[in-house]
Amino acid sequence: MIYNKRENRPTRAGFGEGLLEAGLQNHHVFAIGADITASVGVDRFAQAFPDRFVSLGIAEQNCAGVAAGMALMDKTPVFTTYAVFSAIRATDQIRISICYNNLHVLIGGAHAGISVGPDGATHQALEDIAVMRCLPNMTVLSPCDATQASILTRMAILEEKGPVYLRFGREAVADFTPPELETRIGKAQLLQPGNHLTLIATGHMVWEALKAAEMLSLKGINARVINMHTIKPIDTDAILKAAKETRLIISIEEHQVSGGLGSAIAEVLVENCPVRMERIGIPDCFGESGKPEELLDKYGLTAEKIARKAESIYRTTQISS
Amino acid sequence: MIKISDPRKLLNISYQTRALIVKMLSAAGSGHTGASLGLADIFTCLYFNELNHNPENPVWPDRDRVILSIGHVAPVFYATLAQAGYFEKSELFTLRKFGSRLQGHPGLDSRLPGIETSSGSLGQGLSIATGMAIVAKKSSSDIRVFSIHGDGELQEGQIWEAAMAAAHYNLDNITAIVDLNGVQIDGPTREVMHLEPLAAKWQAFGWNVIGCDGHNISGILNAFRQARANSGKPSVILARTIMGKGIKTIENDHHWHGRAPSPAEAIEFLCQIEEIFRDELAKI
Repeated sequence: MIYNKRENRPTRAGFGEGLLEAGLQNHHVFAIGADITASVGVDRFAQAFPDRFVSLGIAEQNCAGVAAGMALMDKTPVFTTYAVFSAIRATDQIRISICYNNLHVLIGGAHAGISVGPDGATHQALEDIAVMRCLPNMTVLSPCDATQASILTRMAILEEKGPVYLRFGREAVADFTPPELETRIGKAQLLQPGNHLTLIATGHMVWEALKAAEMLSLKGINARVINMHTIKPIDTDAILKAAKETRLIISIEEHQVSGGLGSAIAEVLVENCPVRMERIGIPDCFGESGKPEELLDKYGLTAEKIARKAESIYRTTQISS
Repeated sequence: MIKISDPRKLLNISYQTRALIVKMLSAAGSGHTGASLGLADIFTCLYFNELNHNPENPVWPDRDRVILSIGHVAPVFYATLAQAGYFEKSELFTLRKFGSRLQGHPGLDSRLPGIETSSGSLGQGLSIATGMAIVAKKSSSDIRVFSIHGDGELQEGQIWEAAMAAAHYNLDNITAIVDLNGVQIDGPTREVMHLEPLAAKWQAFGWNVIGCDGHNISGILNAFRQARANSGKPSVILARTIMGKGIKTIENDHHWHGRAPSPAEAIEFLCQIEEIFRDELAKI
């Protein structure tokens, strides 16, 4: 494998770093706290810039509205809490107060995905991409590791316009993206070339996809791996190139298979270049308590399961063609 | 903008606004008549006396901010903005029409001068006002933020989240105005979802509570004065109003919450407005 894995780190740590750096570079950046400040990585910003940190308690609807008010006063607010509370509980406030006003607010969705683990279904955000993706003006980001979370957080705050939703996870995961890898919002990253099939993954699943590709290579299958860190606007060119060159696309996400990354890719394929596609994710059900690895295994989100499924579909398509 | 203090002049403006509301709603064929008429006196006092603003430069950074939390009273908002000179009155008759800047509920993307935020989903305005007021305090700016609410809207939980936050941060630069007309779509608020004791609720949340008759010009001006003089906590003006004020035949009738007058009704309503204006003027 071409990627050197550094010490495991949670993507929320990367988010916290990026926020701190953005706060250093631009004194108009404000952070809003919704009680779980340390847990979502906002504590370092709060300590460094107490005048630009506003604690609002457990009141997510109000947090979203206050963020809108700050943005209307030319500040750049960052509102972060667990994704189930920011993206889902405050959806109408995000829709009307933030998106309809087209305000530059960064909405952080922490503890996204099934890998939240023991907290169970209520705390596992599995619908946030779907909800945020269909809101006009919204950009949706889902970094693959802590390094990328830091880069995308900084870019989202300092360079983007309009509302941005950035989702990240709880668990310490592989931190592997090389510093020289160019990250641009809206541009997918080709992490590994391959011409037999394409694995398009987002968030924590990118590392699993890379490991799966390595397993597939031992079986003589060359899997292309794409990191779709920007889900909206989706990189249509990268998807269509992969579709034309590999004829088999497999999406992998810690999210419902409806409405998320898989759906976004399917929309592009169906309209432009229909090819065989498989969506790996949560199959229209709620999660449950368990160790992250137990849950990832149950829903086929480990490298082994991804590789097995990819091989099986690949072999079937070879027979039928 | 030059402030008008003569109650007779202000009353005249507010009845002109009422006439505009009837005409524009009749032309639109739909919209919210009752609360728009009920708020005409308060909007007039706000825009022609209390507010620090400049209609010729709507984005003047030091302007006071008005957050219309109840987007459905867009007619009184638009009519007042036009009367204050933000745009031509003729544009009022494009209300709710395709391609108009006067959206059914205000949209910031319409770029209509004077709009500070989109609104229409109830309960969101006080949070926006709170965010603005926090920034104003932190930047040592003396701008003030006014938010306008309905009494039925106070049934939304977000209002009380924001009320808690504004008091927590001692945002005395916020003045919330509640249109206490006692009526909502399903009927009287006391039947749909009781709100009383309302003053005690706001007080318990740490607010400076001011009551006034929302149709008495001097009383409204006095309430604004009290809010301005207050320091250390946010102020709320509980303004008792009559839904449909100015048109006797529809006053307090909740069926007129979301109905627009037909052309024939509009003619009759305009006559009533003229008559009531003369009566009210005689009282000053």
